[in-house]
Amino acid sequence: MKLFTELYQLLDSTTRTNAKIEAMVNYFSSAEPADAAWAIYFLSGEKLRRLVPTKLLRQWAAEEANIPPWLFEESYSSVGDLAETISLIVPEQKNETTGSLTEWVEERLQPIRSMDEEQQREVVTTIWHQNPAKVRFVILKLITGAFRVGVSKRLVTRALAEHTGISAEVIAHRLMGNWIPTPESFLRLSNPDIDDAVASQPYPFCLAHAIDRDSTPDSLGTSSDFVAEWKWDGIRGQLIRRNSQTFIWSRGEELMENRWPEIETAASLLPAGTVLDGEILATKPDGIVLPFSQLQRRINRKSIGRKLLLDVPVVFHAFDLLEQNGKDLRSLPWKERRNKLENLMSHVRHPQLKITELIPANSWADWTNIRTQSRERHAEGLMLKRVDAPYDVGRVRGTWWKWKVEPYTIDAVLIYAQKGHGKRSSLFSDYTFAVWKGDELVPFAKAYSGLTNAELRRVDRFVRQNTKEAFGPVRSVQPELVMELAFEGLQASTRHKSGIATRFPRIARWRHDKRAKDANTLDDVLTLLPRSSTGDAP
Amino acid sequence: MIELLQQTNRGFYCPRGDFYVDPQRPVDRAVVTHAHTDHARWGSRHYLAAKPSEHLLRMRMSPDAEFQFADYGETITQGGVKVSFHPAGHMLGSAQVRLEYRGRVEVVTGDYKLGSDATCESWQPLRCHLLVTESTFGLPIYRWPDQHSVFESINQWWRENRLKEQCSILYGYAVGKSQRIIAGLDPEIGPIFCHGAVEKGNEAYRQTGICLPHTIQTSSTDKSQRWAGAMVVAVPSAHGTPWLKRFGKVSTAMASGWMAIRGSRRRRSFDRGFVLSDHVDWPSLLTAVDACDPETVWVTHGYSAVVARYLRENGRNAISIDRWQQTAIDEEDNGTDTNGEEQSQ
Repeated sequence: MKLFTELYQLLDSTTRTNAKIEAMVNYFSSAEPADAAWAIYFLSGEKLRRLVPTKLLRQWAAEEANIPPWLFEESYSSVGDLAETISLIVPEQKNETTGSLTEWVEERLQPIRSMDEEQQREVVTTIWHQNPAKVRFVILKLITGAFRVGVSKRLVTRALAEHTGISAEVIAHRLMGNWIPTPESFLRLSNPDIDDAVASQPYPFCLAHAIDRDSTPDSLGTSSDFVAEWKWDGIRGQLIRRNSQTFIWSRGEELMENRWPEIETAASLLPAGTVLDGEILATKPDGIVLPFSQLQRRINRKSIGRKLLLDVPVVFHAFDLLEQNGKDLRSLPWKERRNKLENLMSHVRHPQLKITELIPANSWADWTNIRTQSRERHAEGLMLKRVDAPYDVGRVRGTWWKWKVEPYTIDAVLIYAQKGHGKRSSLFSDYTFAVWKGDELVPFAKAYSGLTNAELRRVDRFVRQNTKEAFGPVRSVQPELVMELAFEGLQASTRHKSGIATRFPRIARWRHDKRAKDANTLDDVLTLLPRSSTGDAP
Repeated sequence: MIELLQQTNRGFYCPRGDFYVDPQRPVDRAVVTHAHTDHARWGSRHYLAAKPSEHLLRMRMSPDAEFQFADYGETITQGGVKVSFHPAGHMLGSAQVRLEYRGRVEVVTGDYKLGSDATCESWQPLRCHLLVTESTFGLPIYRWPDQHSVFESINQWWRENRLKEQCSILYGYAVGKSQRIIAGLDPEIGPIFCHGAVEKGNEAYRQTGICLPHTIQTSSTDKSQRWAGAMVVAVPSAHGTPWLKRFGKVSTAMASGWMAIRGSRRRRSFDRGFVLSDHVDWPSLLTAVDACDPETVWVTHGYSAVVARYLRENGRNAISIDRWQQTAIDEEDNGTDTNGEEQSQ
């Protein structure tokens, strides 16, 4: 457990990817296979099934520290992390931690789940008293299941690749599915015989360059050398069908497992040795693409319930064919790949698997006009692709272009502030902004990013000096600061007081030149709503 | 009995003696607990403070101001009110201000901590009717580790950096914290350099008779200076600035009570955070209140509402005196306030 705590501290104290990988590689080399297996499990974001309700943990911690519950809550709100609050608040006794990570998890923590409350309390508080604060913190992270340390499954995969000398794709494949943390599974990761993993191997993604939002693509050459598709706001994915298995990789080269069951079902209709590139989009049965906010409801869900499957059905919109009959097609020109793709898709009939629509035009001007409809279709703009180009690796200049529409911007007034979490837990860094409705300021968007650290500290100071009222952790402040907010999408919403939901709001800049009365009105915002969704407005 | 102190928008005022304690704005007569700028503000006409803070105050205040200094325990009578200064343990010359008039005793702690400090006299409890206490770290999450173990880990960090041929950059507030750190450094490990603002503080400490290891001002070195293995004590505002470039490969650390919280460590991306504070933590704040055993407690400067409520629930008559501008960032203020001094180097 001490070794694992040290690993946690190393990972926690650096933002450098290489330092994190080095720390993990060192750990994997020195830890027992059983411990390494559990470490992989936790670092990949897996957690133990809930051992104890957090409500009880809070109650016991307050009692152990001899403080009333409200004071525990005040402290929690100041720290912003439950495990950390408890490890700080329960008085520390001088003790040494013994036992390995595996012993801790299997013999000390997991049995807690089946105990009665009285026993649980006894065991948990004994753990608190017998371990120094830094170890206790990590143990509490395991207990509360909030073990996040700025390491993704992908980074763990890279570290394991370095440790074992086996490629990251193979490691990712071996970590797939319901990976059980046992010494055997850890040792299997370094098996040099890699035949098992070839099937899942993806191709590197071809990436697009951006065309300046407010310029036109004339400089690219003749429009007839290009085709256009909508640039959808979904999740890019590579769909692989090999050896009667389906694999879906994200652009972050992460295997997305059990995330899109309806696409996996559809993919079973594909012939063996097929690899498609495309976009996963929430799409209604009539073909209308739903905004990203709907798709978001399905992201990062471990299990997807029946209702969510019905509410937010997803469709894989294929736009490229990288492999057919096990043959790599990437060096063929786009035109030929497209012909093969169209041919293939005409034989695969499944509502969850579609081919993207090409947007015909005779000139750049046509596309310039069509692009203005992007918002109504929940697209971000247009994609332009060269007809004669191969499928390039990485961000090669000139073959694929993304041509997005302008973000919306609104000048809004900061009215509430709250302390952030984690790294920003001591700063008022989370803000609510309002626009005018008559004489009243109505809250309309929350924004957490976009200011520099120096600006954040200035706003933090402003909040402290201009607080009107404090409601728990939220402070209402004098409506004085005006910020320009940029956001990608707007939707009518009955759940928001303003009647509007914003997509990816962020602070574009601090309008030092504007006073609160100069901020935009709700009517200004409403005029930005896409026509297709104003119908639902209250 | 007549109550001596009242709150005004300029700070605590004693009408009987016609003076303010740590006024927030310029006044005619100011009684000052210690030399940090959020307590000793510019612009008042006359300052009364504890004798050991003389060099620090004169260094920081306008030369036109009038000063009067009293030894710890010495009584100065103003309008019949007996004013005396007693060690607060916060930094060199820091004092609790004790007021007495016709049997009534009121004490303003200023900033204070319990326990020993090599660079100043230790806090002493004062029995009183009214205690005005700070609460910068007035939450039960703040419990300071033993300072010897903190100094040991600072020195250990320095040794490790030296082996890696890195320069150690340790941030602390220019006056007070930095000198306490320097006094705890092991000069056997390597040379100790100081940022200009820190070195000014060192001089004032040495003039007052405090013994500190040998230090060198960074700006007095020439281009040939090698920094690998050295310790540089600097103000926090230097973090992330081009000033650091000259030191080559560095490891950075901050010494502050805020470093107890992971978020404050990570937010400013120091390589290390050492928990070292010159304020009372939660247990010592409660110890201090019990030792002074006041009828009434005014809690100010920090988590005042929380501490006041806790004290009330435990049978004390306590109220929170908080202006929102007095928040838990006073130490940071001291850090940024030295910015100008550095730029003028």
